[in-house]
Amino acid sequence: MPVIIDIDKCKGCEECLSSCPFDAIVIKEGKAFINEYCQACMACISVCPEGAIIEVEKEVPKSKDIQSYKGVWVFAEQRGGKVASVSYELLGAGRRLSDELNTELSAVLFGASDSKAQELIRWGADKVYMSKDQIFERFNDEPYSELLSSLINEYRPEIVIAGATPIGRSFIPRVAAKIRTGLTADCTSLAVDKETGNLLQIRPAFGGNIMATIFCPNNRPQMATVRPRVMKRGEYDEDRTGEIINVKADDISSRTRVLDTIKEVSEISTNLQEADIIVSGGRGLGTPNGFELLKELAGLLGGTLGSSRAAVDAGWIPYSHQVGQTGKTVCPKIYIACGISGAVQHLVGMQSSDIIVAINKNPEAPIFNVATYGIVGDLYEIIPLLIKKIKETKGIGN
Amino acid sequence: MNIIVCIKQVPDTAEVRINPETGIVIREGVPSIINPFDMHAIEAGLQIKEKVGGKVTILTMGPPQAENALRDAISMGADDAVLLTDRAFAGSDTWATSYILSSAISKINADIIICGKQTIDGDTAQVGPEVAEFLNIPHISYIRRVEDITESSIKVQRLMDEGYDLVESTLPVLLTVVKELNEPRLPSLRGKMAAKKAQIKKWGLSDIQVDENKLGLKGSPTQFKNIFAPEAKKDRMMIKGKPEEQVDALIQEMRRLKCL
Repeated sequence: MPVIIDIDKCKGCEECLSSCPFDAIVIKEGKAFINEYCQACMACISVCPEGAIIEVEKEVPKSKDIQSYKGVWVFAEQRGGKVASVSYELLGAGRRLSDELNTELSAVLFGASDSKAQELIRWGADKVYMSKDQIFERFNDEPYSELLSSLINEYRPEIVIAGATPIGRSFIPRVAAKIRTGLTADCTSLAVDKETGNLLQIRPAFGGNIMATIFCPNNRPQMATVRPRVMKRGEYDEDRTGEIINVKADDISSRTRVLDTIKEVSEISTNLQEADIIVSGGRGLGTPNGFELLKELAGLLGGTLGSSRAAVDAGWIPYSHQVGQTGKTVCPKIYIACGISGAVQHLVGMQSSDIIVAINKNPEAPIFNVATYGIVGDLYEIIPLLIKKIKETKGIGN
Repeated sequence: MNIIVCIKQVPDTAEVRINPETGIVIREGVPSIINPFDMHAIEAGLQIKEKVGGKVTILTMGPPQAENALRDAISMGADDAVLLTDRAFAGSDTWATSYILSSAISKINADIIICGKQTIDGDTAQVGPEVAEFLNIPHISYIRRVEDITESSIKVQRLMDEGYDLVESTLPVLLTVVKELNEPRLPSLRGKMAAKKAQIKKWGLSDIQVDENKLGLKGSPTQFKNIFAPEAKKDRMMIKGKPEEQVDALIQEMRRLKCL
């Protein structure tokens, strides 16, 4: 363990217990003891009044020479020949990182045409590595991970980012496993550590209202996936030029085969990401019927229904309405959170909304930390009133 | 057919409380459950066994108390269970975890490996695909239906953003599953008896073939730098008063911002 307890100093005061997000400290015979849940997050060190918790330098076998890895890569995914919009967002983020590191930004594009590669350059890429091989038209994990891995091994980028989409989340882990490097899922923020040049990858940590900074100090490239609509697009420049490099995919095969692609667009999820107004409900609704009330409000405002994971897990509303880390990321003009406590997993999916209104019984609920307008109260009292008054202002009778 | 289902014991998020001072989850006293997505993986394994015959082995890595999760899985009808537990495994990130799991799977041998699409504590969805890569077998993610299975191939529906793909694979294969796939069964009385009597295999470092430098905190490429509470938004306003007054003030603000 790189975090240990100095038994002589520990007084068994238990201060450290609640600082640990992994429940990795236990008290045995009046002394603190770190168990196997420890992830070395260091949260406990500053909490100990006795200075009894110490970080131990760990011996890490330095991998391949890290300095030889240069450049930032964005995996630009396509579906049906169309580049996914998250790719342009990643180019925005990638451009910022590569400027900071004073290095090149490259995009990797499989299974799309030259004109699409040109677009990636206009959105900020200096180079595009592309393969037009037929095997990449439809998504299969093996050929995608095989070619991306071999390109990484050949060109040695220091950072590789991809969309946290069904495609990115499925094959990027294979790449990380193959080339033995770290991968951080669903990052909400990426930054360069000025001292070390390491990529600081921020994502929600387990439960609660807490974020973690994760880094990958001894392996390259540093890999991360980023959720759609989290990063901002860069500047589009019609006249920007760059280099397109066609790569070979001769020896690549696949043991899986996509026989058919069936579209089943759910109106709700499209609506959610494009809606100007979202009325969202959580566990505080207490009953599935609560959504009927929210639906009425959403209807009046011309908005749509969202929910927290708790309400989906309770079976009150389908998953397609879920906002948050494992649901949709949204940024409407108004987000009205009703009976949602505001776990960080939910907040990361909605906190970039222009205006956030939170209605909750509990004045301590973390949702109020991000709310433009907070109302402590019973939503079953507030919402019907709100509906009534909006109807009045709109001149709609009851 | 040899079927291995990988599961994880996680804290029941429905029971989680948060320390208001530190913003950190209080795990003390929170009951552990089988990761909800893994319940669907177990059910999928049992259904495949019922259809084509074979054996379902449940595999997990964790502290000794993870044995409870394995007994729960046996009560649902699984035939065998293996617990990977060793201090040397502690602190493994997804890379190291997948490496350890794949070594154990190689020892057991499998035609089909099934995992939940992700855990509800880590939320990374990385371990399944990484295990497949270590085993050098294909994988298909987000399975929502198994259409057909034979001795040498499988045909499934893979959930995507805008619908689904019909995907075929050779065996052996690793599948990760979503909740739409099935409804996990409840334990039977016979299952509960079997769970009580079952011998859970416990494997440590010496029982599998692994390179010690690729395990635990030391062997994990990713590390925590720090954890922190997110910053509160700057322009915040609490609307006080009676409900009537609160609603009036809110409507006024929304009008001012031209939202109404």
